[in-house]
Amino acid sequence: MGIKWDEFFITGDPLILGSQIAILLTMIGAVAGITYLKKWKYLWTEWLTTVDHKKIGIMYIISAVLMFFRGGMDGLLMKAQTSRPEMEFLNSQHYNEIFTTHGVIMILFMAMPFLIGLMNVVIPLQIGARDVAFPQLNALSFWLFFSGAMLFNISFVIGGSPDAGWTSYFPLAGKEFSPGIGNNYYAVALQIAGIGTLMTGINFIVTILKMRTKGMTLMKMPMFTWTTFVTSILIVAAFPIFTVALALMTFDRLYGTHFFTVSGGGMDMLWANLFWLWGHPEVYIVALPAFGIFSEVIATFSRKSLFGYKSMVFSILGIALLSMVVWVHHFYTMGSGPAVNSFFSITTMAIAIPTGVKMFNWLFTMRKGRIKITSAMLWALAFVPCFVIGGVTGVMLAMGAADYQYHNTLFLVAHFHYVLIPGVVFAVFAGLYYWWPKMFGFMLNEKLGKWHFWLFVIGFNVTFMPMFFLGLNGAVRRAYTYSAESGFAPLFMLSAIGSIVLAAGFAVFCYNIYWSIRYADRNISSDPWDARTLEWSTASPVQFYNFAKLPEVKSLDPFWHMKKKNEGLTLHDSEIEEIHMPSNSWLPIYMGVIFGIAGFFLVFEWHIAAAVAGIGIFAGLIIRSFDYNEGFHVSKEEIHRIENAWRKTEGEVHDHVS
Amino acid sequence: MEHHQSKSFPISHVIGFVVSLVLTFAAAGIALKTNLSFKVIMWIIGSLAVIQAGMQLFMFMHLREGEHGKTNLINMIYAVFMVIVIVVGSIWVLTSGHASH
Repeated sequence: MGIKWDEFFITGDPLILGSQIAILLTMIGAVAGITYLKKWKYLWTEWLTTVDHKKIGIMYIISAVLMFFRGGMDGLLMKAQTSRPEMEFLNSQHYNEIFTTHGVIMILFMAMPFLIGLMNVVIPLQIGARDVAFPQLNALSFWLFFSGAMLFNISFVIGGSPDAGWTSYFPLAGKEFSPGIGNNYYAVALQIAGIGTLMTGINFIVTILKMRTKGMTLMKMPMFTWTTFVTSILIVAAFPIFTVALALMTFDRLYGTHFFTVSGGGMDMLWANLFWLWGHPEVYIVALPAFGIFSEVIATFSRKSLFGYKSMVFSILGIALLSMVVWVHHFYTMGSGPAVNSFFSITTMAIAIPTGVKMFNWLFTMRKGRIKITSAMLWALAFVPCFVIGGVTGVMLAMGAADYQYHNTLFLVAHFHYVLIPGVVFAVFAGLYYWWPKMFGFMLNEKLGKWHFWLFVIGFNVTFMPMFFLGLNGAVRRAYTYSAESGFAPLFMLSAIGSIVLAAGFAVFCYNIYWSIRYADRNISSDPWDARTLEWSTASPVQFYNFAKLPEVKSLDPFWHMKKKNEGLTLHDSEIEEIHMPSNSWLPIYMGVIFGIAGFFLVFEWHIAAAVAGIGIFAGLIIRSFDYNEGFHVSKEEIHRIENAWRKTEGEVHDHVS
Repeated sequence: MEHHQSKSFPISHVIGFVVSLVLTFAAAGIALKTNLSFKVIMWIIGSLAVIQAGMQLFMFMHLREGEHGKTNLINMIYAVFMVIVIVVGSIWVLTSGHASH
């Protein structure tokens, strides 16, 4: 197989050597710590083999926070390199690798799992179900995502990272121009994670269509459930395109086919076309659930029903439909001719209409509401102006003719950071502050939360606002350096300073988690925000079967009305029945590990070893086919005991926000 | 979960699987082993692909299970929309203007 062991580990760079040592020490420390505390069995039975949607959601969120750290470090390294003209901090190859991994990790391994994690925790609770439709498939989705993410992450110490941009355009990403194995990581790791995401999409479509509690019609679903539903449809529509494109890329790179190559009858722009056929819906796959989170947070803290519920639903559907027909705006400069570019300009600008409708709905929800300025609400408030800047610059970029000027400049980079950071990162922070008590039974510290908020939002604006002007002045993206004569230096320096403030905000967030785990008040009731939807009608943290008695829904904001009318809140002993729950399974984590191993061999083009690992994948599929485990029943006594424990202590609902 | 014990051998799935393999190898054989012109090969393998997709709808995708007529209709409209966007859209984008040169 001709393994070049001298090229296996990346050597000769002090930054990477430091990382390798740090990774080794962390791994040794983790193993030693778990062994010392005798937590292996706990870890295995409570987390690694779990099929509980809430625990899977929490694992998604933990992974996402770790990936946020990794992607954020990449961002800081880039900002350090461009802070002064002609800096010699990173060389050009290293810079290429870093902006590539920054993009891939932030979109696919930070934004996606963060949102999918919140969906996992919240959606079954919001629709009054005891789990998702396919709990074990859900665990498999998580482990495949995790496997893909880890495979992608080790690339920078073993073998070399992909370096052709997060879009990996051909011909650059092909074997001819990128002969190393770095871009194999891109093709294989994203494929593995993508399978997991596709299954999540299927799972949530079925869950939301089939598992809603009695009385919850489609038009009585909470807005986050609606956005998750439409997002899942988009996942099922768009991810197979990426799967196929990545498979063709893998064939091109590993087996010498010519789908995207310049020679041999290939068509390099076909890659860009397929990539964005997936990539644009992907933007809405991460943006729509975020819109749902803001809808929940704004309605709760304005203490009003969401304004214009129906128009909200129709705008989501409109955005989803339009998002499938705008992909060419990412490559107007390919030169498809005026008819194509005009068509896609118009569809792109049309997306601003339903998005604008949503904006006004949020503003009207706040109008005349008794707004509580909590940390979660602050993120929602900051989202509105910041996202509008992102949206308006998006309309500028949507004009095909004008795009020739903006294309490939930092103006574009500033635009999509203004869309994705307010549109996704602010949302997941809002969601995390909002649903944290539901997940863990205590709140994140509000004072630290406000420090986190102000540092992050100010840092974000100082980092990315200058990039609009840099871009208009002609600074190109993905360039590792620039000359002093260009005059870019002051704005680049400002942007670098902003990124430090941004990082400080993230540090406060991490400290907040640590502080709250140690010191936060555990006695907070199950409904600390006086909220409106069903997830707040059960215990915090939620008992493993979610609801002792499935709630019945009569209107929008069902829990709010249950509280007002004081009905359905108590539980009589006679109402308790045995509950059927799914059993834990070792198969999902096994599949994650074996997919990771097979993927690793495939990255290094060790085909025989990959084929042997592939047998392990098939073995897992076969074992699953003959798995007739029917789950288990929770006894009435146990339910009685668990329900009494939280319902007795509760008493009146305390107000913890004021 | 109650009805995992299937009543009969899934014969239509096996037939569908075998026919899919045959159609795929036929396409590969025509593309690699014959001396037909490029255009003829494209038409033949394109037709085989459409036949295979239609066959799979019947053999695998429960299209004949009639009680969900409305669901099937929505699914078919959705599928047609996706095909138009992906296939027709890609061909249009990649064969017009400068992109065709």
